[in-house]
Amino acid sequence: MNIPWTEREKTAVPSQAPLQNEKTTEEIALGVRRRVFEHTIRNNGGYLSQACSSAEQLAFLYNEALHLGQPTMPMIPPPFGGVPSADNPDYVTGAGYNGPFEPQYDRLFIAPAHYALVAYATLIETGRMAPEGLEMFNKDGSSVEMIGAEHSPGMEVHNGTLGIGLSTGAGLAWGRKRKGEPGEVCVFMSDGEVQEGQTWEAVQAAAHHGIDNLWAIMDVNRQQCDGAMDEVMQVGDIRQKFIDFGAHCVEIDGHDLEAMRQARAENHEGKPLIILAYTSPTKGMPILERRFPRLHYVRFKSEDERAEYNQAIAADLGIAPVDYAH
Amino acid sequence: MVEMVARPYAAAFEAYAVQHPEVIALSADLTSSVEIDGFRDRHPEQFLSMGMAEQNMLSFAGGMGLAGYRPFIHTFGVFLYRRPYDQLMASIAYPRRKVRLMGFLPGITTPGGMTHQAIEDISVMRSIPNMTVLETGDATEVEGIVEAADSIDGPVYCRVLRGSVPRLFDSPLKVGEMRVLAEGTDVLVITAGITTEEAIRARGALDKAGVSVRHLHLNTLKPFDAEAIVAHAASVKHGVVTLENHLVAGGIGSMTAEALADAGLGKKLIRLGLQDTYAHGGSRPYLMNYYGLDAIALVRGIERLMGIETGIDEGALEAVRVDAVHSSVKAEAL
Repeated sequence: MNIPWTEREKTAVPSQAPLQNEKTTEEIALGVRRRVFEHTIRNNGGYLSQACSSAEQLAFLYNEALHLGQPTMPMIPPPFGGVPSADNPDYVTGAGYNGPFEPQYDRLFIAPAHYALVAYATLIETGRMAPEGLEMFNKDGSSVEMIGAEHSPGMEVHNGTLGIGLSTGAGLAWGRKRKGEPGEVCVFMSDGEVQEGQTWEAVQAAAHHGIDNLWAIMDVNRQQCDGAMDEVMQVGDIRQKFIDFGAHCVEIDGHDLEAMRQARAENHEGKPLIILAYTSPTKGMPILERRFPRLHYVRFKSEDERAEYNQAIAADLGIAPVDYAH
Repeated sequence: MVEMVARPYAAAFEAYAVQHPEVIALSADLTSSVEIDGFRDRHPEQFLSMGMAEQNMLSFAGGMGLAGYRPFIHTFGVFLYRRPYDQLMASIAYPRRKVRLMGFLPGITTPGGMTHQAIEDISVMRSIPNMTVLETGDATEVEGIVEAADSIDGPVYCRVLRGSVPRLFDSPLKVGEMRVLAEGTDVLVITAGITTEEAIRARGALDKAGVSVRHLHLNTLKPFDAEAIVAHAASVKHGVVTLENHLVAGGIGSMTAEALADAGLGKKLIRLGLQDTYAHGGSRPYLMNYYGLDAIALVRGIERLMGIETGIDEGALEAVRVDAVHSSVKAEAL
């Protein structure tokens, strides 16, 4: 619980430049899986399947697809600095980890805020946050919250209730387009959100107003909190539904980076682009298939199970097992 | 003779918005009902049709705020918080977006019944951190609400009167400044919105009956000037009566009770308004009378507070009515 808040030398704003392309996107995706795995084993639980399904998408966004400036926030996240209020003039969001809010840069909203652990791991892998940031995850007084809050690293708005992210992105994109700003707005989404009516309201509004500087990539892992989506609430042909509501929508293998690049390059003039990235919630960690369909939050039932998963997944990820305290 | 002003909001909004290009009017399929149809036709570049989709509209407005715009969301008050409450919290109130929530048809000013009557909006809105709550009570305040709302550094909810609105005041609405309409010494009456006109009428009869009324009109409900309320309450002999176009729970009556209790001021308080009940559809005068929000209800409340009988009846109140106020007021249509 000893969080190094006071390590001043590490809290300096980085002045160095290009953060992108120091690693390949494949390397970053692997690094994300490793970090989330290590965290999950150490903490005896975590949002592990989300790393399996979305590692390529978040790595792609941060390493290739988005035009982001250098982070404006300290590499080691500051402690919780209070909520927005008239009495808290120093309040800042976590947007600075995605770079300065300037016209030329893109913005990223992580709509499913419970992917925060994966997003934080991606920030570390792309040099936007220090590894110490993940040590603060879900610790009292930390800004690195379990469900990403507006003030958490890499989070720009509150998305903790599913369905509001795309609407907010559409409003921001409308404003940026009206101002002639070249920066676009990207929303990372999860497929469970299509059960929320607001998602469809957002798509129809973005289509009606020709908001084409807005795009989303959706992690279609067909999982939600209660289990497999088909068991919880069937959603039908979501690609056709997005098209019917006015979006340009393409389907890809969400672990295929070349397919992701091609999808991002699709012409979607006059419409928002929705990329449906079909993924496996156990990708890279096949032992997780045993838990199917209860994958939303992985918590080990016994020390034996924890040890078994530690050995198996470490081997799959090409690293040594985590040396955690028993 | 009280002047009746036709559609004061329509002209005021247009005059203000054309001077402020970062102000954008949003509407959810009630554009003529909220008096911005003319603005839409003359300034389409400053108008966004959001359809019947309030959840998206509120989050979308939050995103517009992030882009530096100041959206004015126009719809019936009830549609700004009941269905899209989560979006109101997460996308507007928490991040303190400069979104202006223009809520028309407050309380029982609509014959639309339960689904259209915002009877708990003050209670809801004032409990939301970062929110400012304003209410208009006459044509002058409606004319001033646009600029007043846009002066708020954060989100603001406004109860706006539409249609034919009486002009009671000749000085503009100033955020945070209550109007002291009478400085009597027997009883403090606190009103806002359409109940102020009722209290003015009641005062005419009460004066003749020898009851000295101190009368405050509120246009800023949050922040609530508790200190001033307590000072006024302390200056009268018998106590306080609040009269509001809202449930007594959570509204002006509750705010006043909290202020008196916080200050340790032991004054009797009678809270008039909707008493833990929904209303139904009907004309405004009918509903105000049926639910006890009108001048005669206030007179009876003051009698109860003071333990007196004034002898004032409906006829006596009719006598002090200004005909121009009521002859031209029609039942509100949707």
